[in-house]
Amino acid sequence: MSQHVISVRVENRAGVLARVAGLFSARGYNIDSLAVSETELDDVSVMTIVVRGDDRIIEQVKKQLNKLIDVIKISDHSPLTSVQRELVLVKINAQPSKRPEIYQLVEIFNGKIIDISKKTLTVEVTGEPEKVDNFVELVRPYAIKELIRTGRISLSKEVL
Amino acid sequence: MKITGAEIIVESLKNEGVEYMFGYPGGVVIPIFHQLFNAPFRFILARHEQGAIHAADGYARASGKVGVVIATSGPGATNLVTGIATANMDSVPLVVFTGQVSRDMIGNDAFQEADVTGITRPISKHNYLVQDINDLARIIKEAFHIASTGRPGPVVIDVPVDISKGTAKFVYPDKVSLRGYKPVYEGHPGQIEKACKLIEEAKRPVIYSGGGVILSNASKELRAFVKKTGIPITTTLLGLGAYPESDPLSLRMIGMHGTCYANLAVHECDLLIAVGARFDDRVTGKVSEFAPGAKVIHIDIDPSSVKKNVQVEVPIIGDCKSVLQKMNEIVKAPKIGEWVERLMKMKEKNPLTYRDSDKVIKPQYVVEKIYELTKGGAVICTEVGQNQMWAAQFFDYQEPRTFISSGGLGTMGYGFPAAIGAQLARPDKRVFDIAGDGSIQMNIQELIVAVQHRLPIIIAILNNGFLGMVRQWQELFYDKRYSNTCIGFQPDFVKLAEAYGAAGIRIEKKEDVVDAIKKALSIKDRPIILDFNVDKEENVYPMVPAGKSVKEMITVELA
Repeated sequence: MSQHVISVRVENRAGVLARVAGLFSARGYNIDSLAVSETELDDVSVMTIVVRGDDRIIEQVKKQLNKLIDVIKISDHSPLTSVQRELVLVKINAQPSKRPEIYQLVEIFNGKIIDISKKTLTVEVTGEPEKVDNFVELVRPYAIKELIRTGRISLSKEVL
Repeated sequence: MKITGAEIIVESLKNEGVEYMFGYPGGVVIPIFHQLFNAPFRFILARHEQGAIHAADGYARASGKVGVVIATSGPGATNLVTGIATANMDSVPLVVFTGQVSRDMIGNDAFQEADVTGITRPISKHNYLVQDINDLARIIKEAFHIASTGRPGPVVIDVPVDISKGTAKFVYPDKVSLRGYKPVYEGHPGQIEKACKLIEEAKRPVIYSGGGVILSNASKELRAFVKKTGIPITTTLLGLGAYPESDPLSLRMIGMHGTCYANLAVHECDLLIAVGARFDDRVTGKVSEFAPGAKVIHIDIDPSSVKKNVQVEVPIIGDCKSVLQKMNEIVKAPKIGEWVERLMKMKEKNPLTYRDSDKVIKPQYVVEKIYELTKGGAVICTEVGQNQMWAAQFFDYQEPRTFISSGGLGTMGYGFPAAIGAQLARPDKRVFDIAGDGSIQMNIQELIVAVQHRLPIIIAILNNGFLGMVRQWQELFYDKRYSNTCIGFQPDFVKLAEAYGAAGIRIEKKEDVVDAIKKALSIKDRPIILDFNVDKEENVYPMVPAGKSVKEMITVELA
């Protein structure tokens, strides 16, 4: 069971997300994350889907997606041939005494403090998913009040 | 000049050369029906929307053309759901119009509102909710294209009533441009060569041919392929008719109720050539023990069917017709004399059979007599269950599009409305619905449609007073607890036929079977119900129990 990042370019139309999501639930494929966004073209959206499965399942996922009329192109993105990013927002319970440690962590991870209150700090960190995972693990001991991740987005690399 | 959305629909259907439209009116489709009144094609008014869509499906399967259906919003549309799913599973080209509440009401739980695109999304090839009247003609053009190309299937167009009433300029597009939909028709030459090489080297090859061969009108090419290679051929249920079953190389049907020799041949083969078939569980049984020693060549237009259930050595994505044409040009016959001889012996030793009786009418006997008396020239529609399997087993299909049955979804109540569509498509043929006493009651209301249009469909009810296939499973696997399968409480089918203005004959003795069928064949202006009171607890054999391998097959002798 390996994780695959599948980038799906679709017609930017009502109902397309439901079609893709429905396909996954109807056929019992598990989505780890799904990010939908605009692209350089007005009429094309892109979905970055992180899915887990053996080769046979991944092949079926791709074929079934391809079968949808609104799907224009599918690519399987490996970490070597693509750049992948994710953004996390974490609201951390941070008493003033603990804040210097957290500031340090944020700095090391090239993050930003984007909101602050008497009891909490909200931090933004962007990076490869593993980096985001690491950051989350490191701040976990400070008690995370709320956390949200965008899900992975991915662009293929150009050949030099 | 601007015309209404309803007129655009009718004009578009004229452009598509539609002959028949099947359907049922209702509130939000009144504007469309207003225009259908003067349309140049015939409208067949069903008595239930499910009847309409199965009729369109039967028409499509019998003619090879696109079936066209219309129903109203809400319940009209939800009544189509079974028919859409049936067509989707068996890859039948349909264009289905549903009415929708006006755009400003959508999502408000308006009267007769249902989320039709949401409901039909997983059971259709594609669907549309028309949001702008200027898209309507393009959408209809695309729908016909999508329904009838690639792996065919039903396409639903949900039309809000204000779109039907609105106006726009009508231009029917010449072409469609769908960047996400480009089915591949030509097989890859390299793959075709590889396949032909495997065929030449094979010692024990078998062809396994499915509904795709019929859908792509590749029966002629398939016959040429068998002739050139001398390889024995078995077909799936939906593949019946692609190859003449009277031919020695025909191993008849494969699968749960297929012949012993077809199943054994596939079990022992070293090369399985799958053409337009999708390795359904009713064919394979236990997948890990299906054709265990075989390399597989799989020809299919739908890439997602390939390697879905079994591993494939040589996949060829393409249209069966075009791929077989190419193969026929280069393929050389393998040396398989011994193998063929062995299969022919196996075939001779294990024919499809049943224990006949003089005391009761055996259902298989009825099907055999229908075959003999029509000289195999009839179109046979079936319901689902035992009737369907006997119709598949005891009739030697000769031509494609003469066996019409709900294979994938297994929809009871399909056969009779489908027979209405088939009879409209093939006025030159006698059309039978081989039915059970259970299934026929699921869409019996359509009888009046056949009477109205003077369609001489012969409904042969194999009446055993049971929901026979479920009863058979209860007998074999559930300790004979016939829970709710005994339906002895029946209408009088003869009186029922008469009440509708059809003919009805009850047959209780074996010696009356032939005369009754002859009498039915002599009636040409109305449908006929033949109520055959058959052996109550007859079973369908051979049978490979679900999820088991060929070795566990139950034959007539073992039963």
